[in-house]
Amino acid sequence: MTDSNLQEIRTELNRRKKVDQLFAIVGFLVILFSILILVGLTLQMAISGIYRITPDFFLSFPSRKPEEAGILSAWVGTTLVMFVTAIISVPLGVASGIYLEEYSRKNWIADLIEINVTNLAGVPSIVYGLLALGLFVYILNLGESILAAGLTLALLILPIVIVTTREALRAIPNSLREAAYALGASKWQMIWDHILPYSFGSILTGVIIGLSRAIGETAPVITIGALTFIAFLPDSPFKGEFPFISLAWLQAPFTVMPIQMFNWVSRPEAEFIANAAAAGTVLILMTLTMNTIAVYLRYWFRRGIKW
Amino acid sequence: MTQKQLQLSKKSKQLTPKQIRNSREKVIEFILFLAAFSSVATTIAILYILIDESVLFFQEVSIVEFLTGTQWTPLFADAQYGILPLLSGTLVTSTVAMFVAIPLGTIAAIYLSEFAHPKLREIVKPWLEVLAAIPTVVYGYFALLVVTPILQSIFPMLPGFNMLSAGLVMGLMIIPFVSSISEDAMRSVPVGLREGSYAMGATRLQTALKVVFPSAISGISAAYILAVSRAVGETMIVTVAAGLQPQLTWNPFDQAATITAYIVQVSLGDIPHGTLEYHTIFAAGLTLVLMTLVLNIIGHFLAKRYREIY
Repeated sequence: MTDSNLQEIRTELNRRKKVDQLFAIVGFLVILFSILILVGLTLQMAISGIYRITPDFFLSFPSRKPEEAGILSAWVGTTLVMFVTAIISVPLGVASGIYLEEYSRKNWIADLIEINVTNLAGVPSIVYGLLALGLFVYILNLGESILAAGLTLALLILPIVIVTTREALRAIPNSLREAAYALGASKWQMIWDHILPYSFGSILTGVIIGLSRAIGETAPVITIGALTFIAFLPDSPFKGEFPFISLAWLQAPFTVMPIQMFNWVSRPEAEFIANAAAAGTVLILMTLTMNTIAVYLRYWFRRGIKW
Repeated sequence: MTQKQLQLSKKSKQLTPKQIRNSREKVIEFILFLAAFSSVATTIAILYILIDESVLFFQEVSIVEFLTGTQWTPLFADAQYGILPLLSGTLVTSTVAMFVAIPLGTIAAIYLSEFAHPKLREIVKPWLEVLAAIPTVVYGYFALLVVTPILQSIFPMLPGFNMLSAGLVMGLMIIPFVSSISEDAMRSVPVGLREGSYAMGATRLQTALKVVFPSAISGISAAYILAVSRAVGETMIVTVAAGLQPQLTWNPFDQAATITAYIVQVSLGDIPHGTLEYHTIFAAGLTLVLMTLVLNIIGHFLAKRYREIY
C-alpha cells in the first residue's frame, strides 16, 4: 500500500468520524428541541393564565363573566369520574392480566384475547365515546352521567392496566412461584400471597399512568354528552344519616377539566382564553404530577428488589 | 370401625378440604377468565354499536354516495353525505404530522439506541414520554393560540383555523410513539451484528444506518404505521385548531374538518337520538375504526415479525 493511499484512507476515516460525531450532536439536539418546544409552549400558556389561578378560580362555578368563572364543577367532576374509572378498571384490568399471564394456555382463545387487547389499545378514543353513547347512554339507559363517563374511561384505559399488569407479573422470577408450590400453596394462594404483593409497585405505576391518560381525555366524554356549563355540584357521596354513603352522584350530569378548558378555548373573548390557559396549566400540573409519581414509584420499587 | 375411620367416612360425604380447595380454584380461574374475556366483549360491543347504527344510516344514504360524494353537509337543509371532504381533512392533518414525527422520531430513536450513554437514555426517555402524556386539548390550545399566530407572521394569508398548525402540533405529540417503538426494535437487534460491523471498521453512524436500521426495519415500519393510526384517530387538536368546515382540499393552509372533528361537532349540539344526523356520527366512526383497524393489524404483524427473527 502506498503512502498516498494510506493518506486517503486516513482522511476518509476522519471525515466519517466527523459525520458520526455530527450525528450524535444532531440526535441530541432533536430530542432537546422537542422537549424544549413543549416546555416553551407550556410556559407561554402558564404565563398567560397564571393571574387567573387564585383560590377563587378553584371555588367558583363557570360563569358568563370570565373574571368570575372558575373550575369548581370541573375538578369535582374529574375527581368523581376518576374514582369510578379506577374502581372499575383496576380489578378488571388486574384480573385480566393475571389470567393472561398465569392461567391461559396457549390456545386460540388466549391468542384472540391477546390480539384483541393490543388492538383495543389502538382504537381511537372517540370510538369509545361512540360505544358509550350507543351502549351506556341509550341501551343501558345510564344517561349523560358520571357513571357512564367513568365506565367509558375505564374501558379506555383497560388495555394500559392489562399490559402493565402482565409486564409486572412477567418480571417475577419463576423460582418464587415454584417455592410457593413446594410449600403446598395452591395456584391462587401463590398468586394472591406472593406474586401480587411483589408486583404491587409496578401494577400501581401502570394504574397511575392509565388514570393520568384518562384525566386528559376529552373526546369520548364530549361524545356521551358531558355538558360544558354546569353551575352546581352533584350530591355529596357522604351523608349525615345511615347508611352514610349515597350513590345519587353517579347519575348526576357533570363536566370535567378538559371539557371546561375546551369550552373556554373555543370562545373568542381574550378573558376566556386566559381562563383556558389557567385550566390548561392546572390540567398539565395534574398529569405531570401523576406521571412523576409513577416514574418515581417505578424507580423506588425496582431499587428495593434485586432478583 | 374405629372412631377415627367413622369420622373419615362422615367427612367424605361432605366435601373434603381438597375438594373445597379445588373447586375454589376453579371458580377463581373462571372469574379471571371472564375478566379477560371482557376485552373481547368490548370489541364486539364497539363493532355491534357502530354497525347497527350505520346500517340505519345506509338504509337512507347509498354506500356509493357516501364513498364518492364530494360534499359533507348533513346538518344543512340540502343535506349531502359524501365522506371525501372529511377523509381529505384527516389525511392532510395526518400527513403533516408524519412529516414532523417520522424524521424527528427516527433520529431520536437512532440516537437513543446507538449513541446515547445508558444513563443519559434513562434521564431523557421519561421526558420524551411526557410529550405523549400531555392532554390533547392542551395541544389544541397550543396549536390554535401559539403556533398559528407564529405561522401567521411567516405566512400572512394563513387563516385562523388551518390544518398546518394542527398537523405540526400533532406531529410533536406523536414523536415519542415513533421513537419508543423504533428504539425497542433497534435495541432488539443482536449485538453480534453491530460488533461485526465495527470489526469491519464502520463508525457508529454507518453501523446504525446500514446494519441496525435495515435489520430493525419491520419494527420501525410498525412504529410508523401505528403513528399514522394514532394521527388518524386524534381528535381534540384538530377540533380546536383545524376548523369545523368540511372541505375537499389537499392544501394544509386551508381549514377543514376531520372525521373525528365532525363527530365532536355533532356531539356538542343537541342532535335527537335516532335521527339521520345522529346516525351519521356512527357511519363516520365506522369509517374511522376500519381505517385504524387495517393500520393496526398491519402494524401488529410487522412488529411481531421483528420479534420472531431474533
